[in-house]
Amino acid sequence: MLSPSHFTAVLLFALCASTVFGITQRETPRRMFRYGLYCFLLFVGSAIVLSWGMYLIAR
Amino acid sequence: MHQLENRQGTDSAVPVRYSRIGMAATPNSTPAATKTAQQGFVYLPLIVGWLVPGAGHFLVGKWRRGVLLALSIVGMFVLGLLMQGKVYSSAHDILDILGLAGDLGNGLLYVVSRVLGLGADSVQVTTADYGTRFIVVAGLLNVIAAVDAHNLRTGRKPL
Repeated sequence: MLSPSHFTAVLLFALCASTVFGITQRETPRRMFRYGLYCFLLFVGSAIVLSWGMYLIAR
Repeated sequence: MHQLENRQGTDSAVPVRYSRIGMAATPNSTPAATKTAQQGFVYLPLIVGWLVPGAGHFLVGKWRRGVLLALSIVGMFVLGLLMQGKVYSSAHDILDILGLAGDLGNGLLYVVSRVLGLGADSVQVTTADYGTRFIVVAGLLNVIAAVDAHNLRTGRKPL
């Protein structure tokens, strides 16, 4: 059984999803890579921002 | 002919208000792509890509893209199973129906997991909830990949 932390799960999810988004939503390899990286950073960044937001609300 | 030339001259003078360069929906008008789009069963990459992740791209000759898509989608599905995620088998309410629809997007991966009894019947731990989402999202991503293979096949997206 695999028991990753929430953040590790976010990283794995973002990596797989952004790979598919990059390949399917752009035409050239360079644009695919840039869009995939953009999606990855948005996934991880938004997770971090929302986590801090919930942490501060809960205090 | 004179009218045609005038019309072409007028068209070229119209300012471009938007650009579709780099977008996936740019039509492909190259002769090779048009010829490819006219041959055979155009829905084959869509169906094969749905059944086997990445195989639709293999059919249209996009091997590297197919491998990356297969690794991402199959990897996500396997990670979901390893996290003891739930594989939906029946639908009792609207959330179950949506989960089942997402799982069905995995094609043969879903069938194999059901036949072999993989995945948990119910969510017991927190990571199993992550795993359930991984499996559902893998199916949804597989549908996107299959549609992309179909677009490559029809020439809607440049090869």
